[in-house]
Amino acid sequence: MIDKIGMFFICTGILFDFFGVLGLVRLPDVYNRLQAATKCVTFGSAGILFGVFLIQGFNSFGFKAILGIAFLFLTSPVSAHAIARSAHKSGVPMADVTVVDQYKDDLELKGD
Amino acid sequence: MKVVRWLIGLMCIGAFLYGNFLVFQGNLLIKLMNIILFCSLFVLFRVIFGPTAADRIIAVDILGVLIIGLLALTSLFYEQGFFMDIGLIWALMSFVAALAFSKILEGRTLDD
Amino acid sequence: MTKKKKSRILVFILSLLCYLGLTSFTDIQELIAGIIVSLIVSLIAGRFLLQNDKFVKHFLRIFKAIKYLFLFLWEMAKANIHVAYLVLHPDLPIKPGIVKIKSNLKNDSSITALANSITLTPGTLTIDVNDENHDLYIHCIDVKSENVLINTNTIGGKFEKLLAEVFE
Repeated sequence: MIDKIGMFFICTGILFDFFGVLGLVRLPDVYNRLQAATKCVTFGSAGILFGVFLIQGFNSFGFKAILGIAFLFLTSPVSAHAIARSAHKSGVPMADVTVVDQYKDDLELKGD
Repeated sequence: MKVVRWLIGLMCIGAFLYGNFLVFQGNLLIKLMNIILFCSLFVLFRVIFGPTAADRIIAVDILGVLIIGLLALTSLFYEQGFFMDIGLIWALMSFVAALAFSKILEGRTLDD
Repeated sequence: MTKKKKSRILVFILSLLCYLGLTSFTDIQELIAGIIVSLIVSLIAGRFLLQNDKFVKHFLRIFKAIKYLFLFLWEMAKANIHVAYLVLHPDLPIKPGIVKIKSNLKNDSSITALANSITLTPGTLTIDVNDENHDLYIHCIDVKSENVLINTNTIGGKFEKLLAEVFE
């Protein structure tokens, strides 16, 4: 029974991995790609690790999987934040459908 | 033009699913690992054809997160715990690499 | 007992538990090696974990942290379904933009937690934090309005109350 629940988590994780990668290919500019990729791929890999933990149980193997989940949730938003900030500062243009950019307005106010 | 791109993408995905689930005879875990490898082909598309440097950095970061899931499935298939260790170290290294790349992209050196 | 000593003891216990979990704890040799390694770790890097004393005193707030964790996981599942819908739609119905929100949190660790949980919830990504007046700049994949106060309520309002109870 617990094996089937673990396989369900693994299959859901792989499905979300695929959606995230599809978003990485389809969306128009850097920031949107970063959104889709960071959220979906992090959730998918965490799902795979949780399924492995459910199948293996509380031995050293499963503990490593739990440690991996905690590590993914701590590091992946930080690296997304760093990449987005440096892309905006180095002047990567936003897509044509962009509505508003209040960050750029505030930076220009500070510069004056 | 848009329709042609849609058809090419759907044909690639359909051919992969047909080959993986109907032609290929093997363990279920190997089939799931093949799906993750197929996803990393999409990421390699973004690495090669990415318009800006930020796209390439995102793609390399996402490739690291995908490989953690792949290594978890590998260790479940071979029932060897040390693949999980490789996955944890890979997550650490790709996090540090993404931070260093974004710092260089912003125009600062690694010293300050 | 000073703050640094408390922090060192906490780091020692946590790293010893991690070591015993990673190796299968059957042997006395591994226990001795774990104690030596975690002593070295807590002597070198042990003084950075605890920044304020209050977190040790009020131990009950760990239940609030668990409640926050479940709210966060639920929001994250919704976020993934939303992004999957956007990606699979043939016309890509997106309306991206960068908006500004205000926050009342003063602590460094609570602002970090708020920024990370905003990044992992539906359609939002933190780009920069202003150090002086604690404004957050957020990239939305689907901008609802351009008003600062409305965006503060809809994006950060859910987490901010619970985070203020947990960290401050």
